[in-house]
Amino acid sequence: MAASILPFEKPVAELIEKVRELRSLAAADPRFEPELAQLEDNTGRLAREIFAGLTPMQKVLLSRHANRPYTLDYIKRLFTDWVELKGDRRFADDCSIVGGLATYHGRSVVVVGHQKGRGAKENVKRNFGMPNPEGYRKAIRLYEMADRFGLPILTFIDTMGAYPGIGAEERGQSEAIGSALAAMARVGVPIVATVIGEGGSGGALALGVANRVLVLEFSCYSVISPEGCAAILWKDGSRADEAAARLKITAPDLLQLGVVDTIVEEPTGGAHQDHDEAAVRLDKALWTTLSSMDGLSPEELVDDRYRRFRGLGSFVG
Amino acid sequence: MTWPEKTLPTTDASEKRSLGAGVFRRCDGCSHTHDASELARTFEVCSQCGHHHKLDAEGWRRLLLDDGELAQWDDHLVPNDPLRFSDGKSYRDRVAALHKKGRAKEAIEIGRARLDGRDVAYGAFVFAFMGGSMGSVVGEKITRLFERATREELPVVLLQSSGGARMQEGILSLMQMAKSVAALERYRKTRLPFLSVLLHPTTGGVAASFAFLGDVNIAEPKALIGFAGPRVIENTIRQTLPEGFQRAEFLLDHGMVDAIVPRPEMKAYIGTLLQHLVGHRQARR
Ligand SMILES: [Zn+2]
Repeated sequence: MAASILPFEKPVAELIEKVRELRSLAAADPRFEPELAQLEDNTGRLAREIFAGLTPMQKVLLSRHANRPYTLDYIKRLFTDWVELKGDRRFADDCSIVGGLATYHGRSVVVVGHQKGRGAKENVKRNFGMPNPEGYRKAIRLYEMADRFGLPILTFIDTMGAYPGIGAEERGQSEAIGSALAAMARVGVPIVATVIGEGGSGGALALGVANRVLVLEFSCYSVISPEGCAAILWKDGSRADEAAARLKITAPDLLQLGVVDTIVEEPTGGAHQDHDEAAVRLDKALWTTLSSMDGLSPEELVDDRYRRFRGLGSFVG
Repeated sequence: MTWPEKTLPTTDASEKRSLGAGVFRRCDGCSHTHDASELARTFEVCSQCGHHHKLDAEGWRRLLLDDGELAQWDDHLVPNDPLRFSDGKSYRDRVAALHKKGRAKEAIEIGRARLDGRDVAYGAFVFAFMGGSMGSVVGEKITRLFERATREELPVVLLQSSGGARMQEGILSLMQMAKSVAALERYRKTRLPFLSVLLHPTTGGVAASFAFLGDVNIAEPKALIGFAGPRVIENTIRQTLPEGFQRAEFLLDHGMVDAIVPRPEMKAYIGTLLQHLVGHRQARR
């Protein structure tokens, strides 16, 4: 994977790279081990310091990091017996949403996630992770399949948003997203959604009507992109950092607003520094969360989900 | 998301273009000069070209509801400011200023009414209130509309006109899409109809939640209806959009709505739907 380093993470990224080099040396020669331990310690401390002071916009940039693990990176690490299922049976297969069947800790589950591409060619294929209606219709098909066969649903959210294009409007982007929300609301199986990167508006929510919602430490979830918000409010997209702060879109904000239930800590320097460790941490949270719903009947699961969203909002009266 | 305030096509805008002391108004469709009282009498439809100007919530009540009467539900709900949001002017001040004008407390009114002799749960967006944007109050009222219609076994007629989710309430406004659609899903079990009426404009988070989930979707002539705003699409694909794109006629062609119904026929059209879909359980009175 080509290294892509954001300016503010540079000191941490460089130290992590040194740790990696030293680790391979230490594997061959145990005399390097004390030095390695010391360096790991320093790296951890510096990363905590720098990452504790990140601005909301810097977190947005991390959530979009080119090396951040995507849905398929987690699927590879969390599941076995993965069978990808394709197509919406109406128009096309939308590669910006992947879905299928997998084994998770011995249970069969349905997995649905946004999928971004790495590099120009794959990004064209994945439409930069921005689904068209057929992507949401594939998701609906899989939600209904899960319901029919009594399989839990695990979703992974990572999109700038649903694609704003001519074809998308012709084929009913609005209807597709609305129907996905409705399908998620009615299925009688447990749903756990995880925001692994960008949670961009309705295009993200179409995978997000879950019993429990997890968010990775440096993921974001917003009704509009900071750039879009700044363009509307001040006709100035360059004021995105200000908009990012005002919109309250970082993991701690989302927890405080009740929009997510759990924050999953990322490895030193962010999930992109260590996909394996990121997956291990997500696995723990995901399994605990899914297991907590064992024994609930289909009706109880639907009611639980209803109550979760019924309580969201803030008004007087 | 909400449209920039300056471009909101409210009736206020056309009033500003009025000639003389507000006695005359120029049609946005054909530029014909009308006596203002004549446009009010025709529910803002131009007698010359049929152009539909925006009709406010009060006008819709008079047009559709028997005796123009709506027994409002939950009119006391007003916005909070969960994000302490400010864009230079605070959200609180913005809402306070609208309340001072006194026309509406929020961007939707809901309640019980009679339409063509049948009891219905009725809702109508108020576009003049922050572009009909859906924040917590709008989401809550739509949810209550479906919940109460479920309990009282009433068909639901919902008129929509909205720029989408209310940015000033951030992610909580996005969550209203899920909340209201979940309530609609519960309502479906009553086997009573949800009639979705799409007015100009219906976009963003409102379009992408309950708007297209009607048992019947009805659009007004030439209404702009779509997920993404035309400018957002133009900026993304970097080409000019075709004539009539995202207009009601485009949606009809693409199978997204059942009919385009001009304002003079709207009440009779909905009345006939109610006769077919609830006539067997609720007689006309
Ligand atoms: Zn005219």
